[in-house]
Amino acid sequence: MQFQPVIVSFLCNWCSYTGADLAGTSRMKYASNIRIIRVMCSGRIEPTFVLTAFKEGADGVLICGCHPGDCHYHEGNYKCLRRFHLLQKYIQQMGIHPDRLRLEWISASEGKQFVELADEITETISKLGPARINKYMEVAKY
Amino acid sequence: MEKKENGQKPKLKLAVYWGAACGGCCVSVLDVHESLFAVTEKADFVFWPIALDIKYNDIKAMPDGYIDVTLFNGAVRNSENEYMAKLLRDKTKILVAYGSCAHMGGIPGLANFFNKDEIFNRVYLTSETTFNPEQTMPQTEYEVTEGKLHIPVFFDDVKPLNHVVCVDYYLPGCPPKTERLVEVFMAIATGAQLPSKNSVIGARDKAQCDECDRKKTENKKINKILRPFEIVDDGETCFLEQGIICMGPATRSGCGNRCIKGNAPCRGCYGPPPDITDPGAKMMSALGTMIDSNDPIAIKEIVEDIADPAGTFYRFSLPGSILRRKIL
Repeated sequence: MQFQPVIVSFLCNWCSYTGADLAGTSRMKYASNIRIIRVMCSGRIEPTFVLTAFKEGADGVLICGCHPGDCHYHEGNYKCLRRFHLLQKYIQQMGIHPDRLRLEWISASEGKQFVELADEITETISKLGPARINKYMEVAKY
Repeated sequence: MEKKENGQKPKLKLAVYWGAACGGCCVSVLDVHESLFAVTEKADFVFWPIALDIKYNDIKAMPDGYIDVTLFNGAVRNSENEYMAKLLRDKTKILVAYGSCAHMGGIPGLANFFNKDEIFNRVYLTSETTFNPEQTMPQTEYEVTEGKLHIPVFFDDVKPLNHVVCVDYYLPGCPPKTERLVEVFMAIATGAQLPSKNSVIGARDKAQCDECDRKKTENKKINKILRPFEIVDDGETCFLEQGIICMGPATRSGCGNRCIKGNAPCRGCYGPPPDITDPGAKMMSALGTMIDSNDPIAIKEIVEDIADPAGTFYRFSLPGSILRRKIL
């Protein structure tokens, strides 16, 4: 069977989740590899969340927030952007391919863009193959 | 050793052992200075390789749970460390992961950016000062006329103590502040109520910043990240506000701001505050709020100035963090 990646996606409540919801209510189809977790703001996404997703078996992580300037909490998405750049540098040092972590801006009206993004990222990560980070990180529990 | 003098309680039996460590933790035990007399009044050292000549077989001969407290310092790097960790676990009532290496992997844990082959290749073949024309590599077994010699097996990973055995308490620090050790020891010796198992002792619950005396503003802003040699520290302003990465926001207090009082930024040896598993991720989170730019390109430039984020944010905690090693 063809490899089906698991892509953990953190979507902000105000723009991106609504955008994904629009895709759903408009009956648009997109790759089911995207597993959506709704958060109140992309600024709420801690690096710990992303790293834990990788450790627990995600092949990719997608973060979506409001477009710059549109954040419901003024600057949550900027904080997310800065953390994203820090994380990108860190995961590359840890041997994780940079394409496995993506940050994109999706507004509440961009259902179509969300669909395209979901399909595109699924294809990219399918090509990269399984991340197998969870196997690598296994330790005995005491 | 078991006899009671004048009806007193039998003395505590104390062991100190080192795994992959620099020896600083053992020395920090010696640093109790005159308090050592107070300690030896209440306890006998039954095992302490840096100070006493006691063999592994003597430990093996002890009944299970014979030792009251073991301070295990150092990470688990090879099969000898692992064997001793398991042996001491069986023989000990309270096993304390003592110091950063046993707590989260410490400095030896930075070897998790490589594996055994890479390390051996560098150390025994390619390093500039190596002269090894026959390409001799360490073997774990060697035949001599007297029989077979064994040396410990070098692991691919460095592990903190809790990846190998069940740990009762963690006493962090590189090395742990000696005063904290004496406090903990006295608590055990006097039978005071100890915190719940698996918790960090001998440290406080707040972050370093909470105890730091340097001048801080409410909203820190960083335009440029500098390495300590690139700037003359003014001696009073928060390191982060000067652009130097200080692990204070993601590090537990208890050391008394040793490094910061010595005009060096905190490096994070005390590990993360309670309920936080990954200090480096928290530090990235904190830096995310401080970087003073909303422009993707400018942010990238600022982040580029951090020469080695993984090594800086996880200097003492790589094997104990979420991504415990580099994926090779």
